[in-house]
Amino acid sequence: MVERRSVLKGLSALLLLGLAAGCKRGDPNSPNIYLGGAGATFPFPLYSKWMSEYNKLHPEIRINYQSIGSGGGIRQIASETVDFGATDTPMSASDAKKAPRAILHIPVTIGAVVVAYNIPGVTGELKLDGDVLADIFLGTIKTWNDERIARANPGLALPSLPIAVVTRSDGSGTTAVFTGYLASVSPKFQSVVGEGKSVKWPVGLGAKGNEGVTGQLKTTPGTIGYTELAYASQNRLTTAAIKNREGAYASPKVSAVTAAAEQVELDDSLVASLVNAPGAASYPIASFTYLLVYEESKNARKGEALAKFIAWAVHDGQGLAAALHYAPLPARVVQKIDERIKSLHFGGKPFLSQGT
Amino acid sequence: MRQSIWPTPERPPLVPGRFRGDTHRGDRVFSWITAASASIVILTVLAMTGQMLASSWLSLETFHWSFITSLEWNPVTEQFGALPFIFGTIVSSTVALALAVPVSFGVALFLSELAPEWLRNPFGFLVELLAAVPSVVYGLWGIFALAPLMRETVEPALRASLGFLPLFSGPNQGYGMLTASVVLAIMITPTIASVSREVLRAVPRAYREAALGLGATQWEAIRTGVFPVARSGLVGAVVLGLGRALGETMAVTMLIGNRADISASLFAPGYTMASVIANEFTEATEDLYLSALAEIGLLLFIITVLLNIFARFLVWRVGRQGGA
Amino acid sequence: MNIRSHFTYRKAVDRIVRGLCLLAALLALVPLFSVLYYVTARGLGGISFEFFTELPTPVGEEHGGVANAITGTLTLVGLACLFGIPPGVLAGVYLSQFGHTRLGKIVRFSADVMSGVPSVTIGIFVYSLLVVRTKQFSAYAGGLALAVIMLPTVTRTTEELLKLVPEALREAALGLGVPQWRTTLSVMLRTAAPGVATGIMLAVARVAGETAPLLFTSFSNRFWPGGLDEPTASLPVQIYTYAVSPYEDWHSQAWAAALVLVALVLTLNVAARVLVRHRVR
Repeated sequence: MVERRSVLKGLSALLLLGLAAGCKRGDPNSPNIYLGGAGATFPFPLYSKWMSEYNKLHPEIRINYQSIGSGGGIRQIASETVDFGATDTPMSASDAKKAPRAILHIPVTIGAVVVAYNIPGVTGELKLDGDVLADIFLGTIKTWNDERIARANPGLALPSLPIAVVTRSDGSGTTAVFTGYLASVSPKFQSVVGEGKSVKWPVGLGAKGNEGVTGQLKTTPGTIGYTELAYASQNRLTTAAIKNREGAYASPKVSAVTAAAEQVELDDSLVASLVNAPGAASYPIASFTYLLVYEESKNARKGEALAKFIAWAVHDGQGLAAALHYAPLPARVVQKIDERIKSLHFGGKPFLSQGT
Repeated sequence: MRQSIWPTPERPPLVPGRFRGDTHRGDRVFSWITAASASIVILTVLAMTGQMLASSWLSLETFHWSFITSLEWNPVTEQFGALPFIFGTIVSSTVALALAVPVSFGVALFLSELAPEWLRNPFGFLVELLAAVPSVVYGLWGIFALAPLMRETVEPALRASLGFLPLFSGPNQGYGMLTASVVLAIMITPTIASVSREVLRAVPRAYREAALGLGATQWEAIRTGVFPVARSGLVGAVVLGLGRALGETMAVTMLIGNRADISASLFAPGYTMASVIANEFTEATEDLYLSALAEIGLLLFIITVLLNIFARFLVWRVGRQGGA
Repeated sequence: MNIRSHFTYRKAVDRIVRGLCLLAALLALVPLFSVLYYVTARGLGGISFEFFTELPTPVGEEHGGVANAITGTLTLVGLACLFGIPPGVLAGVYLSQFGHTRLGKIVRFSADVMSGVPSVTIGIFVYSLLVVRTKQFSAYAGGLALAVIMLPTVTRTTEELLKLVPEALREAALGLGVPQWRTTLSVMLRTAAPGVATGIMLAVARVAGETAPLLFTSFSNRFWPGGLDEPTASLPVQIYTYAVSPYEDWHSQAWAAALVLVALVLTLNVAARVLVRHRVR
């Protein structure tokens, strides 16, 4: 009898404690500010670093970013369940129409989509051109020792192993960038698959997020997949050099991504594609990645905190990018952003009137 | 008027006139509160049905029946057909049942007929613990323990011995229909086993003793004396297990390979209705896409509800026979 | 001779079937022990002081913990109990008394229907009902989803256990002039309490490990939640995120989190078992 009571009491106490833990900071007058964000997994390593550092600088501001995919970022910001979204591919006009107010795209960093593979016994860098890559992802090239792969890679001992393609199972900006590249180099890919955040792949295993694809590539022999450079580098995946517009093979490196970004002019919408950028040193599958914020905020305190965070990210935050294998924004892009984010406001009152 | 509500077969009628006036009020209030709580249960089911219908309306209107017959699941062109997910759900659940049913019946027979008395309860408890392990933990275990085992040992062995069947041919990565089915089988075994055990227990002892008395072996007594009576209940147990398999989400999502396609090979990746919802629901951007996912949820809801009602009916029939 | 060999054959069949049953029983337990072994062996390595006290680190950095997910799970389960137990128990009381009425039958049927609904569907339901309308992923939404999962179990367990309370007890209380409602609460429910508590504990154990509905309701949070109206981390979602990630350190934390979750769930199950034994004695 005693035992039973104490078991029940213990459990109830534990649950009450949990409830108390959940409630303890619910005070509306506290200086604490919570910003919720969700979206792209592509820049997640950098974002989580930023938000952790920013929390150290400003302990009262907690920015919670969940990497659920660019599709999720667009959907959740449009339905206002988060304070900001994030995507690697710009919102479509129809997506933008669904949002109650105007949404601003703010490029905050540049990354590369790398083609990574796990071929037992092969540690060297595979060289692939757009056509071969498209045919691998279309399922027409089926084994690793296929003649078309071997021709460009005479130095590698490719096994007669079936190719297992790994793709994304969630709505993904990485997919949009990658399919955008494949569609631009292969008319067949354009007609069979097309480009988009979620496409119908003819072959492959689906994994969730860049995290999932990277995990799958790491554990499963014979796989090839596309993921963001930071994930591939942190996990020491072997990555392929891709033939760029000038016919040179470019390895996915921060310098090659910067080279691509230098070639592209950004207009006032702050949106531009870096796919197949000109220049012999350019890596062909690079992309800006954007934060999505409402130009007019519905909450003055949150809006201001968010605007200040963005200003911090495009200036001080850029210093953290290269270490995580993201390319820092070129200075002229930062200038453009500084101008543009002055329009973030609450009830007509801008948050960053004097600049930063 | 109250008397028509009070009498129950289990509880003799109360005559409210016995009490003082003020207790009347307390009773009335209390019965109102309990009735309101009971209504919450009904309201939840109604709200769920209504909300699911409302959320999937756009997709229902757009695709009609082609939703369940079309193979095309293409967010780019906004063509949504759920057949790959329905196929994946049916195949994974069927394979899981094929693996789980013999084992579960074995467990149920062992626990209800064969095991020594002192072992039955502890052993039954262990089997129930199998059901208590959270799905996501099975998924984690699946990724790091089961999938490598399937990839390196089980699937190559199957291909070597049964590779002439399309079921066991083609490339294997350890993630796919078969691995998901194995983990599903593990997860539904306790459900089928414990319901079957209850069903077998409900069969009166006399049926067995009659057969044993005629010189039957224990197995013959079970086969001739117990099974005929228990049959519908055992089917019910299987159907309950099936219901659980259809709705199982996390472990399957983590192991099935998430690919909306139909393949004859069990090594190939697939997709189930529950896992496509888990993967795509928070990020579907187009209204139609979201609505199509909600319709998959609605289908899953309807199928599992019907299966459950059917299973309960079957199990209840044995309970009544046994009790008589 | 013929008869004897037939008899030998029958005995052999009997023995084989019994052997197969034993084999099946042992086979069924292999995954349980394998899971427990893996969770313990790999989980212990990830357990440390900071695992219980620290927040998760940024992606790719080592160390850090899941303290917010542990309290988050307790918060969500606490809310689920708050939302799910009172109506569940009272609905059970209703069923035990009016189970035969038309409303009672509909209630019982609804509870049975609800108990079969896949948890992922309940996630969609709560997302459309609450998250979209309040424009906020929140602990409330997660708690509500878990409560909906608990409700039918609690209702039906309470009903069944109240029916088991000896009629004499109730008559005695009523005979003493105790009003119906007090009899139900302080005599009937009190007597049935251990059983009801067992049912509730099993329901809690089940929802504590639920992942799918939380993906769209309580979502997740890298920080301590600032209140119940904010996204809230939970152990199952954290395990899922870490398990499919490519980082070794996160894998080991996923195992450690699984160890904590499995320990919690198994403790609840064993405790429920202990409660039942007390009742039987």
